[in-house]
Amino acid sequence: MRDAFFDALVQLAEQDRNIYLVVGDLGFAVTAEFAKRFPTRFLNAGVAEQNMTGVAAGLALSGKTVFTYSIANFPILRCFEQIRNDVCYHKANVKVVAVGGGFAYGSLGATHHATEDLAVMRALPGMTVMAPGDPAEAYAATQAVATHRGPCYLRLGRAGEPKVHQHPIQFQLGKAITVRKGGDATLISTGGLLETAVQVSDALLSRGIRCRVVSMHTLKPLDEEAILAAVRETGAVFTLEEHSVIGGLGSAVAEVLAESLGKPALFKRMGLPSSFSCKVGTQEYLRAQHGLSVESVTGTISSALDKNRVFASRIESSVSM
Amino acid sequence: MQFLSREIIFSRLKYRRIFSLNKKTPIDLNLLANQIRLKTLHMIHRAKSSHLGSSFSMAELLAVLYTRILRVDPNNPEWDDRDRFILSKGHACAALYVVLAERGFFPQTWLDEFYQDGGHLAGHATHVGVPGVEFSTGSLGHGLPVSCGMALAAKMDGRSHRVFTLLSDGECDEGSNWEAALFAPHHKLDNLTVIIDYNKIQSLGTVKEVLDLEPFADKWKAFGWAVVEIDGHNLEQIEKALRTLPAAAGKPTCVIAHTVKGKGVSFMEDKLLWHYRCPNKQEMANALSELGASE
Repeated sequence: MRDAFFDALVQLAEQDRNIYLVVGDLGFAVTAEFAKRFPTRFLNAGVAEQNMTGVAAGLALSGKTVFTYSIANFPILRCFEQIRNDVCYHKANVKVVAVGGGFAYGSLGATHHATEDLAVMRALPGMTVMAPGDPAEAYAATQAVATHRGPCYLRLGRAGEPKVHQHPIQFQLGKAITVRKGGDATLISTGGLLETAVQVSDALLSRGIRCRVVSMHTLKPLDEEAILAAVRETGAVFTLEEHSVIGGLGSAVAEVLAESLGKPALFKRMGLPSSFSCKVGTQEYLRAQHGLSVESVTGTISSALDKNRVFASRIESSVSM
Repeated sequence: MQFLSREIIFSRLKYRRIFSLNKKTPIDLNLLANQIRLKTLHMIHRAKSSHLGSSFSMAELLAVLYTRILRVDPNNPEWDDRDRFILSKGHACAALYVVLAERGFFPQTWLDEFYQDGGHLAGHATHVGVPGVEFSTGSLGHGLPVSCGMALAAKMDGRSHRVFTLLSDGECDEGSNWEAALFAPHHKLDNLTVIIDYNKIQSLGTVKEVLDLEPFADKWKAFGWAVVEIDGHNLEQIEKALRTLPAAAGKPTCVIAHTVKGKGVSFMEDKLLWHYRCPNKQEMANALSELGASE
């Protein structure tokens, strides 16, 4: 995703002389091409994220489209108030980009686990929040935030994720993409777990469950219609995110479900508990440790559907008695 | 001392414009500074709010900036080539609102609605719906980084406008200011001027007691700024410093304005109490009297 982002950004900057990149002394090698091709529009602000974000706001309020870039929590939490006051309050055209969403920097420890970013960014007034699911979506999301006027947050995974979309995608900010069709259940995924979601769908199919997969690459504005359609058409909704279950995709979907007047759906959030991971390991390892492996997610969904079926048949028999 | 009700005083003062730049009439800056204090006093008293001391200490600085230094146009507040002024010490915004109203950015009647339900003017500097406020502040340590971005943009675009930021001394505790203090000289932002209202008192004590800034000028010099120290209530010194910018070629300028918190009202001067205290009736009458309102 990181490479797709930079490919897209270089291409955008080629066409639009108003695009600037401000980094917080991170992005070794990957920022080099942008810096070489657009030296006057590249700025390394040093290890100083508050100033980096304030400077970006000042540049944006002078008419520029500014991307800030760093890893994990640094461009978000360290300078959260600058994002709130300087960027969002002033509707400054700043795009905050964080590489390393979730456990992408797993082995580096909890300081580098970006696991509450979606929650805090989603809460900010006027902030568009995107977490693309594969390199193709990351490329398209970069284009989308560049053309969208106003504050945006773009959560990227790491480098080298597989391409989930095998065909060109119709990408639109705020419009979810159905990756797998299915009528028995819906698995809504955001960010880098999209590949897992697709594999889960395949595994469920071998058990006779046709599970729809929806890539919710934009968390705000949220594609409520896609969520309500999932309820209507499949009756069971599961969310999958490499993020705390508080405030991210699961919460966003729950809010829509709770306020919708349709018939109740089976609903379950899959994500991280509100605790720091004290385990050491790679992204794959940590995902598995937190129930986010293909096997765990497949098991969670299929047992929830089973329980629901038993429950439903009990209700049915008690009603008929 | 004769007590004057605030309504009477207000009605006497509120529509009295004391200068007009457009008419090229001479401006009495002492009168303007006094007017800033008087109206600020009324606004804060009516609102039962705070920060009189912080507003009074920068009255002369604002008076000079908005009459002799800043290239701004009340008829075109968004003018691309305007000088940018950010009041980073947003808690002292009442004084800024007064000078903006004096310059005609918005009606004087708005001052009456400061802090009030449905009014235009919030208790910290707010840009939304308020012409002339360049940037909203209130949380300290935000003005200087944003100013750096604006100054850098002006440089990149070859524009001649300048950027001014007024900081409090207490706010220099914020690390974000020192990040920006590193940034500006590194990028040779000689179109940027920081003015520090060094009244030596912050929220809970003197600067010396809370978190000493000294040697203050040396810190800025060490970071690469051209530093000028002035008496922040001396109109000539203020104007001279702000007319000879940058103070050194290729460097941003830091003007350390030595001021007195609560300046202009004897019992408020240099008193921690008047960072937060709102005057009672008697104090209000005494303050008005000292500022010449009862004459």
